[in-house]
Amino acid sequence: MTQDNAVIQIEDLSKIYTVTEREAGLAAALRSLVSRKTRDVRAVDKISFSVDEGEIVGFLGPNGAGKTTTLKMLAGLLHPTDGRATVLDFRPWERNRDYLRRMTLVMGQRNQLVWDIPVIDTFELNRAVYRIPEPDYKRTVDELTDLLELAPLLRKPTRNLSLGERMKCEIAAALLHRPWVLFLDEPTIGLDVTMQRRIRQFIVDYNQRTGATVLLTSHYMADVEALCKRVIVIHHGKLLFDGDLSGLADRFAPFKTVEVELQNGAGGRPLDEYGEVLVRSPGRVTLRVPKVETASVTGRILTDLDVADLTVQDPPIEDVIEQVFSQEATESEEG
Amino acid sequence: MTAFYSIYRGYFRTALVVQFQYRVAMIIWLLGGIIEPVMYLVVWRTVAQQQGGAVGGYAVNDFAVYFIAIMLVEHGTFSWIMWEYDFRIRMGQFSSQLLKPIHPIHSDIADNIGYKFLTLTVMAPTAALLAWFFNASWQPDARTLAIFVPVLILAFLMRFFWEWSLAMLAFWTTRVDAINQAYFIVVLFFAGRLAPLELFPQFLQRVADFLPFRWMLAFPVELLLGRLTPGELWLGIAAQLFWLVAGYLVMQVIYRAGIRRYAAFGA
Repeated sequence: MTQDNAVIQIEDLSKIYTVTEREAGLAAALRSLVSRKTRDVRAVDKISFSVDEGEIVGFLGPNGAGKTTTLKMLAGLLHPTDGRATVLDFRPWERNRDYLRRMTLVMGQRNQLVWDIPVIDTFELNRAVYRIPEPDYKRTVDELTDLLELAPLLRKPTRNLSLGERMKCEIAAALLHRPWVLFLDEPTIGLDVTMQRRIRQFIVDYNQRTGATVLLTSHYMADVEALCKRVIVIHHGKLLFDGDLSGLADRFAPFKTVEVELQNGAGGRPLDEYGEVLVRSPGRVTLRVPKVETASVTGRILTDLDVADLTVQDPPIEDVIEQVFSQEATESEEG
Repeated sequence: MTAFYSIYRGYFRTALVVQFQYRVAMIIWLLGGIIEPVMYLVVWRTVAQQQGGAVGGYAVNDFAVYFIAIMLVEHGTFSWIMWEYDFRIRMGQFSSQLLKPIHPIHSDIADNIGYKFLTLTVMAPTAALLAWFFNASWQPDARTLAIFVPVLILAFLMRFFWEWSLAMLAFWTTRVDAINQAYFIVVLFFAGRLAPLELFPQFLQRVADFLPFRWMLAFPVELLLGRLTPGELWLGIAAQLFWLVAGYLVMQVIYRAGIRRYAAFGA
């Protein structure tokens, strides 16, 4: 990562929300009229990272981790409490029009399509608002129509579209102005597997064709695996990990999954001497083995048992993420 | 300028298509805008007839012309934006507006004007029908009509800026309905919707002079009725300009403060 190439740069970025608190009941309601109790919620806590031009970075964390708050700060919707951030050399919350013309924020459950008019009319409106020259607009609409198979949808009013259809059109509307930076907050939420795959493929295509920088959040690990070499993990507003997706497994889940198919079954033989038994059925066992011991353990299994087949795999990314959050939770309890 | 033309054309198109989708709602709003002035017209006309043909310088015919003109000017200048912002902010629609590289007021202005143009096709014949029914006689000169156009535009813009500022209060409270209701009562009274301001006690007339509401509605109507001296006309236009600039500045300040609050508390 070179700073020269960095499109997004964040340093010690923090966001604290002040929320009012009230206990249940009429007495508490009356008390709150006189004195309001407030509490500070640290949604984002001094996070720093930078993203280079053309990178697709997965921004991961459980619900309430601070992902959306960070994206909103980067898109200029929220003002940080502390810290610095620049995107394309702009300070996002100043909402400079040149900045707004170069970036986009797609939020899975929000819509920018006008509910009552055909999709193509919203596109036209965006063309005017973003001042997209007519030939560029035509070319982009044609491309997006092709890539996302929008042709049958363009003349339908938004309210007549299914969730998946609407999401495709939302993404297209958000990209008409060919943004250089894309903030995608759960872009595939609520979509079926086929549609998720299509949108993923589209993001890759768009990134390759335009060199745009993408920061995306998703709860679907398939999205992250297909799109992001690099992931940034946050939890309770703090940055836990920033690096390669494979490095995430090394650091937080230093084990492999060994699946063994046995010729004549294992008999009554206990198999936990080889590793933690995850699943066991007649003739088949799945073990979790520390990464450093994988070679020796598989060697012993092959010698000791009558093996029909043996596969060694990295743990699924869902398990790794779960591991990350549970470790963090344990550490914070201990601390 | 060309860019704005194209943006406004886009907004107008959208506003018209959306209005066509909600024809029934549109007719109900229109009926509201017609019934209210007609109600006051009937009441004041009856009072004038019982008082021997006039009340405080307004004859039976003057009341008919006054309230038909009020109906038209009200139609030309009113906005409903303060009822919308609370919803937009709570439902997150305002965020998508903020992401656009254009001030959100432009789409609101275009939306408002789009509705006005569409519904003028009903309002104008209704006014003619009412004039016929109440036997209203009115013969304005060309000069009055020529001055009326910029006066109406000023009234629309100044009212829009103030009402847009009112709408921005939704950034601070989720109970904007009560504030809006209070505002409408003040307008009803001080803008001359309930009765011509000349019928008010002197003291209240002076208060109305120093508030913005009269210049939004009563002033253009009084001009149409030919009830203003040249001095009163120029003073009125000066007052409109003053409240237009003041409204613009207040709007900018409230909008910026509102955005800061929105950005601090969560979008």
